[in-house]
Amino acid sequence: MNLLIKNGHIIDPSQGIDGVGDLVIENNRIKEISLERKGKDSAEGRASGLQGIRTIDALGLYVLPGLIDMHTHLREPGFEYKETIKTGTMAAVKGGFTSVCAMPNTNPVNDNSSVTDFIIRKAIQEGECTVYPVGAITKGQKGEELAEMGIMYAEGCVAFSDDGRPVMSSLVMRRALEYSKAFNVPIISHCEDLDLSEGGVMNEGLLSVTLGLRGVPPEAEEAMVARDIALVGLTKGRLHIAHVSTAGSVRLLREAKARGIQISAETCPHYFSITEKAVEGYNTNAKVNPPLRGQEDMDSIKKGLKDGTIDVIATDHAPHHRDEKLREFDQAPSGISGLETALSLSLRLVDEGVLTLSQLVEKMAKNPAAILGLDKGTLKPGADADITILDLNKKFMVDSGQFFSKGKNTPFEGWVLKGMPVVTICKGKVHE
Amino acid sequence: MKLSSKDLLGIKDLSKDEITLVLDTASGFKDVLKRDIKKVPALRGKTAVNLFFEPSTRTKTSFELAEKRLSLDVVNFAVTTSSVVKGESIIDTALNVQALGAEFMVIRHPSSGVPHLVSKHIHASVINAGDGINEHPTQALLDAFTMKEKRGRLEGLVVAIVGDVLHSRVAKSDCYLLTKFGAEVRLIGPPTLVPLEMESVGAKVFHDMEEGLRDADVVMMLRIQMERQDRGFFPSTLEYARYWGLTTERLSLAKKEAIVMHPGPMNRGVEIVSEIADSPRSVILEQVTNGLAVRMAVLYLLAGIKE
Repeated sequence: MNLLIKNGHIIDPSQGIDGVGDLVIENNRIKEISLERKGKDSAEGRASGLQGIRTIDALGLYVLPGLIDMHTHLREPGFEYKETIKTGTMAAVKGGFTSVCAMPNTNPVNDNSSVTDFIIRKAIQEGECTVYPVGAITKGQKGEELAEMGIMYAEGCVAFSDDGRPVMSSLVMRRALEYSKAFNVPIISHCEDLDLSEGGVMNEGLLSVTLGLRGVPPEAEEAMVARDIALVGLTKGRLHIAHVSTAGSVRLLREAKARGIQISAETCPHYFSITEKAVEGYNTNAKVNPPLRGQEDMDSIKKGLKDGTIDVIATDHAPHHRDEKLREFDQAPSGISGLETALSLSLRLVDEGVLTLSQLVEKMAKNPAAILGLDKGTLKPGADADITILDLNKKFMVDSGQFFSKGKNTPFEGWVLKGMPVVTICKGKVHE
Repeated sequence: MKLSSKDLLGIKDLSKDEITLVLDTASGFKDVLKRDIKKVPALRGKTAVNLFFEPSTRTKTSFELAEKRLSLDVVNFAVTTSSVVKGESIIDTALNVQALGAEFMVIRHPSSGVPHLVSKHIHASVINAGDGINEHPTQALLDAFTMKEKRGRLEGLVVAIVGDVLHSRVAKSDCYLLTKFGAEVRLIGPPTLVPLEMESVGAKVFHDMEEGLRDADVVMMLRIQMERQDRGFFPSTLEYARYWGLTTERLSLAKKEAIVMHPGPMNRGVEIVSEIADSPRSVILEQVTNGLAVRMAVLYLLAGIKE
């Protein structure tokens, strides 16, 4: 498909572009960006020579490289009643994402190449955007024996994680960090000391005591972040810390990076948008793992995003069926359906002055691509035409009934948010 | 005056005036219970269902008797014989019970917040008979009733609560109630079982029992569960009893006229020695009797909300 997107404010941190101009797509790839405005010698002028070209007028809108979600639960195979590759990628596209990384805690677990192959094929047939499978670090995510990372890598896995469960054994984690170096793929660590967190369903503190809910202390996360930093020092392996939720984790990561340890980290919109207070009234839609924390943690997460300690904003999109959430708080599964609110919630950081829009694009496109080694997250000529067009002024009310995701589990129901994606282009295909 | 909610979910949500109303009403029902014929027709024609998802003897019996004394029709719903074992959701169970015509649902559940969840989905009155490690409001009301009866007031009383506060819904409800009335609540036990966060609720935390008992007006002992030893909260019941068991010597540190309470069931020889449990200072059995009057008052007042 040939396409001209004109008059948009183009932001592409991978090329240092931040200005109004035109963007031309030829055969589903970026052909050129021109910040000159008019005339025969402009991009618009040259584009007029392309056959069957369609024009999108992006006047007043922002044109960004398509967003990449490093942390998505698509639930297929095995939990199709929660989400499918089709509905999950529809939700992604609606939320401005053109690529998502599918976490391996499916049934069966994506710990072997046939599951990887299934996900990739299914995504090609039914997916609305690009799906990159993340393979399990260990067989059955049991934390015992390494899964066949090399074969899964060859099949298309871009990273390895036992997400949902930590690798409790320091020795197994050491081996994973060492072995994965052979393929230069990152290990994504779900940091949780299961002994410390056992039985916990929300953040530990005054609120957990007064609600009579068992708490997970921030230290359950921080102890493992500290361990993983030590293991990176030992192995020089590639490590990415998933869903950072506490002030202590930010402090540990900042200190590690200052010492020159090569490590990256993500957080999720819920950790910088709401605190544990959202749990009051036993709201299971605010039950998530790691749990929502306190105000101080939220402030630290924002500081960590601002100073670069946290590299990535990922959704940890974790759809669940309504019936599973409509039950006893301590029995309800953890997770927030996040793809369709992530960008708008993250734009609040731009409003608050925590990040510039360009920095936000780094956290949601450029950095995920760099960490995963993908030719994405950029508007460079030759790249796939993955583009997100954003209207910063458009307001909407979060209504889970309108979600494309099967997971209606959001703690942001009824929130009025400003700024949303209006067009998402995946490999040249326009979704409006 | 009326209660403000159709449900009794916890002490946290009650005002001082509402608590006083319950206690005053209970006083009237206690007189009824002293009569030869102990039954009143107050709630005749209405139905109460007791949904107990956790084993309970005294609370369940107490509610059942309270309901019968008010002429309610009573149905007991036992978990082992119900469709809950077949995987029915708690909300479906409650909706079915409501469809049978229940005006009151008394719920005990091992998960905190279940009465709150159910109350949002049904219009019957929900009474929390103990949820997880959250609250046990009728126990706190009967404790307060007993303290007032024995010591004449709540304000300024020094109440020492000893034991597994962390897992005790009774201790928490007691603490919320007593601090509302200006009593001094001291929570005593090993650091593994007494959360310091309770100081933000207005209690004082002690790990030294002798220090905590000094000049107490009320000594409330909590049941220590054997399973806590297995989970490493303390090394042995022997050691626990040595540091936090109530002995005659320790009790002598409290005021001479101090009373001893226990929500039951007791572990004699662990948290309390028999000499004290069976002594005139113990009001443990009176707590049980008062529980009946307090629960009648709660049912009666909640029925009044809808009229």
